[in-house]
Amino acid sequence: MEEVKLIGSWPSPYGYRIIWALNLKGVKYEYVDEDLSNKSQMLLQYNPIHKKIPVLVHGQKPIAESTVILEYIEETWPHNSLLPKDPYERALARFWIKFIEEKSPTFMAFYVAVGEEQEKAIKEAREQLKILEEQGLGDKKFFCGNEIGLTDIACGWMATIDVIEEIVGVQVLDSDSFPCLHAWINNFKQVPGIKEDFPDRDQILAYYKHKRDMFIASTSS
Amino acid sequence: MAEEVKLIRTWSSPFALRIVWALKLKGIEFETVLEDLASKSPLLLQSNPVHKKVPVLVHNGKPVSESLVILEYIEETWKEKPLLPEDPYEKASSRFWAKFSDEKLLPSVWTVFISQGNKQEEALVPALENLQFIEEQLEGKKFFGGEKIGLLDLAIGWMADMVSVLEEVTGLKLIQEDKFPLLSAWIEIFADVPEIKESGAPREKLISKFQAIRDAYAATK
Repeated sequence: MEEVKLIGSWPSPYGYRIIWALNLKGVKYEYVDEDLSNKSQMLLQYNPIHKKIPVLVHGQKPIAESTVILEYIEETWPHNSLLPKDPYERALARFWIKFIEEKSPTFMAFYVAVGEEQEKAIKEAREQLKILEEQGLGDKKFFCGNEIGLTDIACGWMATIDVIEEIVGVQVLDSDSFPCLHAWINNFKQVPGIKEDFPDRDQILAYYKHKRDMFIASTSS
Repeated sequence: MAEEVKLIRTWSSPFALRIVWALKLKGIEFETVLEDLASKSPLLLQSNPVHKKVPVLVHNGKPVSESLVILEYIEETWKEKPLLPEDPYEKASSRFWAKFSDEKLLPSVWTVFISQGNKQEEALVPALENLQFIEEQLEGKKFFGGEKIGLLDLAIGWMADMVSVLEEVTGLKLIQEDKFPLLSAWIEIFADVPEIKESGAPREKLISKFQAIRDAYAATK
């Protein structure tokens, strides 16, 4: 049985994607938390190109980039399938994973921006969420149907958007405009494998509030 | 049922060219629908309502968007002449570098070619670093896919004609043979593969197009 190690950095949502995927597959792993302000030799050796987390190390072989890792996990441990069987359905799953990846700067802007920039970010975020709500998710329980999959895992950070909304003082994902996504968030948080390893609300509230304050302080003149 | 495969693309899109190559390498018959992005067709808007971009593959009426997603779809639907390795770790490596090509390499090379003077000098640093990473991936290999052309070759294939076009337009030799011997050799071998050779856009037309783009950027300084 080959050793599985996950190098992450709490509370990175990218790290959580891998934790959740490994949990859903019932794969035992060793977790190593990285201090990103003081990167370890191990991280630099395993991910010399990007020097980022998460990195999955399986039998000494490192894999970087969370969406690449997710596909690797799905192929290496094919039970409890996290992608549909049908190639077209799989293509849709991957399309939405890419969509959420590309839109992360918008949500990042929502989190750290102030004033006019924030107004713009809020507007864009709501537009992207609308596309996700209507065209990505629709009436389905999860993005690919009744079972949780890689797309849900990739979107999992949305389940903590209420924390960011509280810090920023603006709601983007309101239940009136986004009933499907709201239902999805509730379903997502209940899934065994997600539930047990879900970030503690108070802890991430404190963390993200502190980070935002630091960011604003460093960028204001 | 007869297969109907349509590829919606523009004459110059390097992302669309990847799909042409994949379809030809697999021996799949397809119809090209040429798109004018200044005046998008109802077919495009209907097939890719989220991004309204090319390429889009329409297989028996079902549209797939995002070039790397389309490549994976083609690979899974038409299993002969595989473009991805069998081994999950090798597959992950191909995906990692395809992502690197799109997210880091291409943007950094593009920035060099639209910049002038000092800005171009600065832009060269990350571009050359990224090229070096790719150069190292060719160590001991004929193609990125090994002995045979693979998905990663198709993903990086934009380098094969675009770079020499950009070099001619700017007079700047980016991929010098002594600095990048493996990449230089690969560009020649790749461009010589019959399915690749017969698919390129007319060189003079590409040169005019990129000259115009570079002039437009210079004018906005």
